Amino acid sequence: MKQTFYERLGEAVYQETLPNGLRIYIVPKAGYAKKYAFFATRYGGMDTRFCLDGEWLDTPAGIAHYLEHKMFDTKEGNALQELAKNGAEPNAFTANAMTGYYFDSTDHFEENLEILLSFVSIPWFTEESVAKEQGIIGQEIRMVEDNPDWQIYMQMLKAMYSASPARTSIAGTVESISHITAETLYDCHKAFYTPSNMVLTVVGDVDPHHVVDLARRILPREGGPVIPRDYGTEPEEVAQKEVSCQMEVSAPQFLTGFKCRPAREDEDHLRMEIIGDLACDILLGESSPLYLRLYDQGLINTSFGGAFETMPGIAYLYAGGDSKDARAVTAEIVKEAKRLCEEGIDEDFYQRLKRAAYGDNLRGLNSFETIAISLTEGYFLNFDPLSFPQVYESITKEDVVAFLRENIREDRMVLSEILPKEA
Amino acid sequence: LEMTRTMLAEGVYLNYLPARKFKTSVLSAQFVTPLQRDTAAAHALLTAVLRRGTVSCPDMGALSVRLDKLYGARIDYTVRKKGENQCVGFVASFIDDSFVPGGERLLEPVAALLGELICDPVTVRGRFVPAYFESEKVNLIDAIRSILNDKRDYASSRLLQEMCAGEAYGVPRLGSEADAEKITLKKLHTAYSRLISTSRLELFYSGSADLKRVEQALLSAFATLPRESVQGIPATAEHPARQEVKYVEEAMDVTQGKLGMGFSCGSDDSAAILMGNTLFGGSSNSKLFMNVREKLSLCYYASSVYHRQKGIITVSSGIEFANYQKAYDEILVQLEAVRRGELEDWELEGAKSTLLNAYTSMGDSQSKLENFYLGQIATGHSESPEELAEQVRSVTPERIFRAMESVQLDTVYFLKGKEAEA
Repeated sequence: MKQTFYERLGEAVYQETLPNGLRIYIVPKAGYAKKYAFFATRYGGMDTRFCLDGEWLDTPAGIAHYLEHKMFDTKEGNALQELAKNGAEPNAFTANAMTGYYFDSTDHFEENLEILLSFVSIPWFTEESVAKEQGIIGQEIRMVEDNPDWQIYMQMLKAMYSASPARTSIAGTVESISHITAETLYDCHKAFYTPSNMVLTVVGDVDPHHVVDLARRILPREGGPVIPRDYGTEPEEVAQKEVSCQMEVSAPQFLTGFKCRPAREDEDHLRMEIIGDLACDILLGESSPLYLRLYDQGLINTSFGGAFETMPGIAYLYAGGDSKDARAVTAEIVKEAKRLCEEGIDEDFYQRLKRAAYGDNLRGLNSFETIAISLTEGYFLNFDPLSFPQVYESITKEDVVAFLRENIREDRMVLSEILPKEA
Repeated sequence: LEMTRTMLAEGVYLNYLPARKFKTSVLSAQFVTPLQRDTAAAHALLTAVLRRGTVSCPDMGALSVRLDKLYGARIDYTVRKKGENQCVGFVASFIDDSFVPGGERLLEPVAALLGELICDPVTVRGRFVPAYFESEKVNLIDAIRSILNDKRDYASSRLLQEMCAGEAYGVPRLGSEADAEKITLKKLHTAYSRLISTSRLELFYSGSADLKRVEQALLSAFATLPRESVQGIPATAEHPARQEVKYVEEAMDVTQGKLGMGFSCGSDDSAAILMGNTLFGGSSNSKLFMNVREKLSLCYYASSVYHRQKGIITVSSGIEFANYQKAYDEILVQLEAVRRGELEDWELEGAKSTLLNAYTSMGDSQSKLENFYLGQIATGHSESPEELAEQVRSVTPERIFRAMESVQLDTVYFLKGKEAEA
């Protein structure tokens, strides 16, 4: 077992790859009562078109999420109840490029881990149990449809992308999920839930060897083939400049997005993510000159914020919140990016932002979930997330300016708005 | 898990929770004051105005520079409702000394800034900066209105307002829009002077520094805090049982209906009610989850919360408009099942271990610890998580059934779609 000690972070990571291809990470945390396990597959909402046994399959939007719901069913009943007996409350999420199953518990950890690994690797669906889920997920979809934060975000992605499956909601629509059958669920499980497409991460005061032995004993002996996926060919241009709708909200809201160059799937990925985050902070973060000015002018309030995101084949920087004049705010963002490119970034400002960003990343390591998810993403995309202190040191102001110059431009920008319903 | 509580000055207490395992330290300063209709909005506004600037850092830019240099230390203002008290103040979080390059110490400068935010706000002619007051007043009104945006939160908040109308518990955390509108600069100043001189101040620290150092840092940070006739913490009143169930409906242009049901709990055996509620709707293995969601596929979420500090239970669920009666009936059927003891052994075991798991792992999160102890203090309780865990361990099924007998439907709130009106 490989062991890496990150001295500056005070963390150690054990790493093992089983003969079936499963990657395992164990992060020992002395002094904590809770132990956390995260079992994830590289399969998410965007993976609707893929090649299985030489044949290209188009599956319904929302199927990865549907599968996540149904994985809890077991031949004997339901894994939720099995874990419940031990006080562990398991849960799961489906992201664009990942589905993760997890629990934390203070007692019976190994027993719970065994249940987790079993139910995620052994599918058990019937036509009846699949049909039953339509009502539950249908209401989950209705719930997010009434949520303005979700609507404004989906609207932005649809405006930005014309081919990428990021345009489609992870949960799909009530219509698209009506086409899901037990058979398609089995196909997707067979393709993506193979040990070689998965990662197990355990965080807590555990014996790393026990975890590895347990995974070796429970999981299938064989891995699976690499599954080619099709994310479409996304042009550089945005699909639509502006999009808006009306909802029952208290005030107008907006999100502006800038379509960025996608990151590579190697060590450069972490570098680009950090550059994107820094660019976002420098351009419009809480201590940026632009934020302070717009806040003083009453054009934004504390709801305003931004982030840089990457998904397979795409990347974007976005920002928004409540505002009575979204157009004025977006014009100011573009202007500020231009100014930074022309005048450069103030050295003091840059140094203190880097310092603050370092503190933020370190803070993230308090969360077992953050540690597990970032190790998993790092494995899928071939980078080491815990190397961030070194990456921060290697990034210069010029890197950030180059990012702003390339990506934060009027022709890369979209505006998504939600306006209050007129009475 | 050890907590040391010491009195630093009249009505000023430090709750010290030593821990070495975190990357960060947390330092929190909270005033505990009765939740009242006429002061709630003013106190909420006050924290936001104070966060705009101090004498030494007179604007948000200067504050940001100072915080960034402290390795991205955060100081957020908080407004929380704990029982019938409102807790207002600041929570600071900063990386623990052992991770600061160059061995710099962050506790002292962060504590000093916390003290300045409370005792030394930037003023113009003895009053808060008018521009800060005006813009934060607009922001507060926007924030109060924005509860509408999340329909789940909105429905829960409306249920409590209706169920506890006329009680302090029905007052929203941030106060009401109408009350916020009425605040003047002068009134805000009066509220400020009264709050900082007469309200209990509870300080919390979690991190690796020793007690002496934390006490010194805070004594020096709050040296100028005025203290006169400090008020005690009032108890939360019991919810008066209703003779007839109150039904409230509201229509909006939404695609999903939100059903909220409020129940009064006559029994004061709170450990037994806590267990009963966990069995009823407090976990993903509860009666509500397994039946309303899994068996009948009526919803994505159906869950219940026991408001231990007030002695009530609230249920919330998102459903098709047309399934109102079905969901309503099934929720009551499941409550009845818990009362009658129609429970499998694993459900009882599961509910117990779910609660024990939560108490045992409390010490793994600094924000949970801070929030937990603040809640205890603000409602006159002193049990540690271990003691509460012990209470849960000793609960018998008979006590659960007896305590749940006292749970009575009180108020029903339904948010429906506009088309459903016809």
